[in-house]
Amino acid sequence: MQLELQLAVERLHARYVHALDTDNLEQWPHFFTENGRYRITTAESEARGLPLPVLYAEGRAMLRDRVASLRHANIYEPQRYRHLVSSVLVESESGAGVKSIASFLVIRIMENGEAMLFASGRYVDRIVLPEMLYEERVVICDSRRFDTLLAIPL
Amino acid sequence: MLERSWPAEGATRVPYWVYQDAEIYREEQRRIFQGPTWNYLCLEAELAEPGAFVTTFVGDMPVVVTRDMKGALHAFENRCAHRGALICMQARGRAERFNCIYHNWTYDHAGNLTSVAFRKGIGGKGGMPADAHPESQAPKQFRVAGVHGLVFGTLSPSAPALEHYIGPEIMPRIKRVMVKPLKLLGSYTQVLPNNWKLYMDNVKDTYHASLLHLFFTRFRINRLTQKGGVFVSADGAHHCTFTEMVEDRGDAYEQGGMRSAGSNSFKLEAPELLDQVDELGDNVSIQILSLFPGFVLHQIRNSLAARQVVPKGIDRTELHWTLFGFADDDQEMLRRRLLQANLVGPAGYISMEDGAATGFVQRGVAASPDRASVIEMGGSTIGSGDSRVTETAVRGLWKAWRSYMSI
Repeated sequence: MQLELQLAVERLHARYVHALDTDNLEQWPHFFTENGRYRITTAESEARGLPLPVLYAEGRAMLRDRVASLRHANIYEPQRYRHLVSSVLVESESGAGVKSIASFLVIRIMENGEAMLFASGRYVDRIVLPEMLYEERVVICDSRRFDTLLAIPL
Repeated sequence: MLERSWPAEGATRVPYWVYQDAEIYREEQRRIFQGPTWNYLCLEAELAEPGAFVTTFVGDMPVVVTRDMKGALHAFENRCAHRGALICMQARGRAERFNCIYHNWTYDHAGNLTSVAFRKGIGGKGGMPADAHPESQAPKQFRVAGVHGLVFGTLSPSAPALEHYIGPEIMPRIKRVMVKPLKLLGSYTQVLPNNWKLYMDNVKDTYHASLLHLFFTRFRINRLTQKGGVFVSADGAHHCTFTEMVEDRGDAYEQGGMRSAGSNSFKLEAPELLDQVDELGDNVSIQILSLFPGFVLHQIRNSLAARQVVPKGIDRTELHWTLFGFADDDQEMLRRRLLQANLVGPAGYISMEDGAATGFVQRGVAASPDRASVIEMGGSTIGSGDSRVTETAVRGLWKAWRSYMSI
């Protein structure tokens, strides 16, 4: 049972990063519950107890707005990400929830081939069962520094 | 000596070597950052307690900013008198004194060298001669002044008092925002692939905002057809632009075939992200204010922030964002500020493009140091006005820069 849950959570994380890395941004909101929260922050802010997000959405509608803006309003140089997710810890919670903590690494590849280590950190997630959707995904970046801009979500 | 000469057109041209030349960069350190300018250091709220410190930069110079045990603010160069090591290596904290880790030389909150380890040697042997004067290499100390909760420093004894430096056009616009004790929300750094001045002239460019930042225009948040204006200080160095809250119902962008024109099919599904409470009571939705050389204060709806521009070489700049609210914010206002944090910073709906656009200039001009920007919107004058279809504040920046640089 634990093993099955572990595999199911890892599979959710994998589907999520493949959607982002293949520019399937329209799929992104579907990984969240209707009121699911998504927040990018820094390890420094977490440690200092400061609430400032780099990006914050409450619910699928806001996630869809983010995608619509990236597609139709925001201007950024063509780029893609490669996410690597590892060290996935899964903890059952009482009720229909699971808590997961996982490490991530994101390499950003520009159109001219220039690739850089863009972000590293951990995903701290609350996942609802049996739907296997993120009720909350907190992306805690190890560094407080962001190169040029952060357009595609982490 | 700087051999460069400015294009004959004067205020309406900016030659591209200003963003590329290593000698210019070095001279800027001396004549601007270490010269008679006031440089933003931090928010007073970051040094709430006696003994608190933060480390920052003034140009290339690492700096420690402190509040001493009696409550007075100080700033000093973060460089030990002995061998030049950083005296303080943490970003922030509280300290009774500062000890250089290398050889344990000690400094007080003002940056005075108070003790040299084993100065008289041990057991009558070793130590420094009686006439040694290590204080001759002491870290530089800044004149520090605060204005409405913002802390600035200058190394120049000849810099005018801070309020005179900022001037009567801009001072009221700072006071307008900084009305109450602050609550820090957090900070992060955006690394820009360009010269620091490209970011400053982007900030002062009221013409670009609704053309580059399509989010603004698509959602009719800021159009040049909305009521607003720009203030420029007499010396050109500082500026402030604002837009009123009235929704624009015109179609100047659509008729002009602008890339940023709206589309009826494109609406926010969750527009509450943009809901503004008129907390300052004057119906202004956006105010962007800049002080020479590298400070920006913004109010974008209910998002408030200080941005510090830190040069890191000819073609690299760090933008240190510190977002804040007020100490008496309720839960609803806090949530509003956190949602509107989405508008700014590296992932900001309306600010993410600035890092890209200024980087495009740095790359675009790579082979053309002697060509120049055309900065002729609104003519060649420098001054305040009620149109934002102008580059008056950009011309002001270069007027001030040339004056400091004697170019």
